[in-house]
Amino acid sequence: MTPTRKRRLIMIGAILVAAAAATTLIVLALQQNMTYLFTPSEILAGKVPDGARFRIGGMVKEGSVERGQSLTVAFVVTDGDGDMRVEYNGILPDLFRDKQSVIATGSMQGNQFLATEVLAKHDETYVPRDVAEAMDKAHRKHNVPAEADKPTP
Amino acid sequence: MNTLSLWFHKFGSPPTFYRLSRLLCPWLFAAACLIGAVGLYAGLVLAPADYQQSDAYRIIFIHVPCAWMSLFAYIFMAANAFIAVVWRIKISEILAMASAPVGAMFTAVTLLTGAIWGKPMWGTWWTWDARLTSELVLLFLYLGVIGLFSAIEDRRQAARAAGFLALIGIVNVPIVHFSVNWWNTLHQGSTVRLLGPSRIDASMLWPLLLMALATHIWFFASVLARSRSSVLEQESGKEWVREIVQAQGVRRE
Repeated sequence: MTPTRKRRLIMIGAILVAAAAATTLIVLALQQNMTYLFTPSEILAGKVPDGARFRIGGMVKEGSVERGQSLTVAFVVTDGDGDMRVEYNGILPDLFRDKQSVIATGSMQGNQFLATEVLAKHDETYVPRDVAEAMDKAHRKHNVPAEADKPTP
Repeated sequence: MNTLSLWFHKFGSPPTFYRLSRLLCPWLFAAACLIGAVGLYAGLVLAPADYQQSDAYRIIFIHVPCAWMSLFAYIFMAANAFIAVVWRIKISEILAMASAPVGAMFTAVTLLTGAIWGKPMWGTWWTWDARLTSELVLLFLYLGVIGLFSAIEDRRQAARAAGFLALIGIVNVPIVHFSVNWWNTLHQGSTVRLLGPSRIDASMLWPLLLMALATHIWFFASVLARSRSSVLEQESGKEWVREIVQAQGVRRE
């Protein structure tokens, strides 16, 4: 390798290492500051500043969905440790139902969450319908607890 | 010189590259179309509907291969840019710059199909979560490379300057890939994993892998096609180009 190429290689290498180090630091810093959502137990622990607009994330508690007049709906979001009642007036996404992961944007009103937008979070599992039904049946037959209901191919 | 570096130098010479890519291009395009057609048919017709999203999930057969390609194209571009900046090999400069528009196209398709799927499934076209934002940054990096390359008059200088930008931007690639693990995102985690079991049924996985193969071949086909015309353009004064032009019986006005 000629000296010029060697010099270029070292320079480019050094710049890349510096860029990688800078990015790592930014990512580490964002890890603490960049919060896409809060879970109900985090809200109950007082991690959210008063009056702030934020996102709440968790699972729709089974049997908690109450539909009011026209598009008004209320449900409980749970993360297993804490529950939070969410009120919403608008169109829900297709995937919204019991035990679905949802993310709602809004703010606290008293001790319940008033949402302006409700999004459904999809998981990374893709299963044909008949396979899912067969697994569901087998789970019920063998009394597998509800947490294991999620099909895994 | 050993055989590998000999081969490398031979392939790196513009006339050989031109002839080889002219030979390969039609075959690669044909293979990509054929495999893509089979993959699309398998994905859209043969694969069963999902238990949760029914038929709407079928957009993954476009979305996921394009998303993989958006990262793959960037790595390919950055690797060639690295060779171009350090060793000043002309073909690497051309290959790096040829892959930028192709990669940008794959990124745009990824963002577009993601938005179309996101509206009915999530309930929104767009959200500023880590995965979506970093993928958008990836698109801007591609556009920046293309823009910088077009802004400088001298082709070789332009390729090295834009290649330098491409090299720095490589730090975004792991961020895109790992964003769903590092942060709480609306976007779901990886379905297909190289390590450990994939979270997709085999009947849905094989059309997806076919589509991934088709998009890879398409990428190389269009990069070679673009590079071939750039090689001709940049070498237009050289003897071998004159020979090719004369052999084809084309007279310059």
